[in-house]
Amino acid sequence: MPDDALSPILETLPETRKHLKEMREIILANAVMFGEIPAPTFAEAARARFLMDRFTEGGCQTISTDEVGNAVGIVPGTKSGSGHILVSAHLDTPFSKSIDHTVTVQKNGLSGAGVLDNALGVAIVASLPTMLDKLGLSFEHDLLLMGSTRSLGPGDIEGMRFFLNNNKLPIEAGVIVEGATLGRLSYASLGMSRGVINCRIPHGYDFSRFGAAGAVAILNRVISGMLAIRTPKEPATQIILGSFEGGTTFNTIAKSGALRYEIRSEQSGLVGEINHQIASLLDEIRSSCGVTLRLDEVARRHNGGLDYSHPLVRTCREVMESLDIDPIVAPTTGELAALIEKDIPGVTLGMTYGENRHLQDELVAIDPIFTGLAQLLAVLQAIDKGICHDEA
Amino acid sequence: MTKLENWIQHNTFHHSQFYDQLELLKQKEKTGLTISLCIPTLNEEATIGKEIVIFRSELMERYPLIDEIAVIDSGSTDKTLEVAASFGADTYFAGDILPSQGHKRGKGENLWKAIYQLKGDIIVYVDADIKNIHPRFCYGLVAPLLYRPEIQYVKAFYDRPLAFSQGVRPSGGGRVTEILVRPLFSLFFPELTGLVQPLSGEYAVRRGVLERLPFPIGYGVETSHIMDVYRQWGLEAFGQTDLDQRVHRNQETLSLGKMSFGILQSFLGRLKDMGMEGDLPAMTNTLRQFIAKDQQYEQVCHEIVEEERPPMIDIPEYREKMGYEG
Repeated sequence: MPDDALSPILETLPETRKHLKEMREIILANAVMFGEIPAPTFAEAARARFLMDRFTEGGCQTISTDEVGNAVGIVPGTKSGSGHILVSAHLDTPFSKSIDHTVTVQKNGLSGAGVLDNALGVAIVASLPTMLDKLGLSFEHDLLLMGSTRSLGPGDIEGMRFFLNNNKLPIEAGVIVEGATLGRLSYASLGMSRGVINCRIPHGYDFSRFGAAGAVAILNRVISGMLAIRTPKEPATQIILGSFEGGTTFNTIAKSGALRYEIRSEQSGLVGEINHQIASLLDEIRSSCGVTLRLDEVARRHNGGLDYSHPLVRTCREVMESLDIDPIVAPTTGELAALIEKDIPGVTLGMTYGENRHLQDELVAIDPIFTGLAQLLAVLQAIDKGICHDEA
Repeated sequence: MTKLENWIQHNTFHHSQFYDQLELLKQKEKTGLTISLCIPTLNEEATIGKEIVIFRSELMERYPLIDEIAVIDSGSTDKTLEVAASFGADTYFAGDILPSQGHKRGKGENLWKAIYQLKGDIIVYVDADIKNIHPRFCYGLVAPLLYRPEIQYVKAFYDRPLAFSQGVRPSGGGRVTEILVRPLFSLFFPELTGLVQPLSGEYAVRRGVLERLPFPIGYGVETSHIMDVYRQWGLEAFGQTDLDQRVHRNQETLSLGKMSFGILQSFLGRLKDMGMEGDLPAMTNTLRQFIAKDQQYEQVCHEIVEEERPPMIDIPEYREKMGYEG
């Protein structure tokens, strides 16, 4: 049974969703325009600028940026200063500036590079002031709207971490907005380590020595060794071999190569243990082959977060149930981890269904967006009413 | 400073001058003018949705600069009209507008019938095949008309002079412009060479001018418009706005040949109207192009007739609709 205070919010959901549909063009136009501004990690300035312009047009206050390029604006609450609810979407994409960022609008969907992850999320944060105004919705808390930078890959959620380390405003709770997938409910962070193993063949290398090989063959030994590392099912632990590059052509032995990987686990200690095993593996191969093998850790997270029974998580589930959304409970390694590190209660919510994530033809389904938005607004209202406080 | 240099300096704009759309909206309210956006289409389902979404959101919902958005279609066989209507555009098949005048296939036909169908004091035409559509494609063209009452007809251009290591690259207006239209203007109407992109498909025009222009329904519509406006209202009636980059599909050279042929027909027709044609022989409507296959060369003949619609103000139904006497 929903909390008594939550029931009135849930009752308005069908009407809210209907009104949100009337704002379809505003949301879609923002998704298109954000999607067509390239924003590879560490080069999100143009997208952040546009977000701040949108905040200005939406009547936000204290619109600002910081040393790492985050874009922030505040929708003042009726009891301004009592606390802030953070609503954030990451600005960056894995696509370089040189690829085609054209977004196509079809009757039922959008497609284009980065439109799902996370132009749609940013568009929703950008559209929030207009949506609240048109819906006549107000909050007691200030809404702290944010487009965060340096989220993906080597960005290591630096934008969100920087903001939380330097922000002086009290944050009651946070909601991270992701384009996909509707039903996503993340409230805990995985332990994670992301690394790059670089192999270089030194100048004048003696290919006749025992064990000598090119960079591709040596990294192949590394891969075999990593695949042989045993990972437990409980706590769930995984080694992901993400990408590989090396060499220049068909007929020349590769002189350099790089392997990118990620270790994720429900227990941070295991991540550290596996990293030690990888380091030992590299020592062994390095000494037997006489090549340069370097491991750079580019991102790290600790596991933690809320419990399944936490009032915020329970509220999210009840909102989803009310909207006929099937919750997809999954831990995250995204921005939420930075909130968890600071003991700020938070969740990550997905806004719609999509396909081809991180391919150049990412697809976004339009109709479910309004359900995703209704869900987001209900969760924000519930936080505002104090329903999500953990009394314990 | 020559008249042309003076015109270029005072009547050439950049869209960024009009970025403050709130100010633009206030200016619109001050003038009391209404504005209609017309998008002529033929099988544009891939790009039409985005154009409607962007224009509706930015120029109707956020800043109500545009009073109506209409898609006027020549008979698409894809889902152009369905997609456009689903995002809230008014959609029309050109053949259903002014049925007493019949239906001719061609972009100019759609533009001409828009004058009857649309309500605005200003009509903005924007092509449907623009991949990088942005509100500037509309407000950049409308703004000079709102701020400068003497300007009647604002053309878009896209290619700015760029600094190269060798100096400054001449601003380009597209292949047909640089190979055909600008040389013709240089020979016969030098002042019109100041228009960077006379063939661009995006322009905003006051109704009072549009309704008095005859409309070739094919390739020659833009060229003849420019010549007619120049003849009746002079160079000062033109403005042009730099809209930065325009990404669209490129046409094959043979298609550009057909386009050039149609433009030449319209151009020579206008020369004749002005008594400037000299002793030209009777001209054929047949464009001859070659195709080569292995060692076989074959001539392909295209019949291209630049049919023309009269000024809308001469159409009785239009006069009645607008309340004109007589």
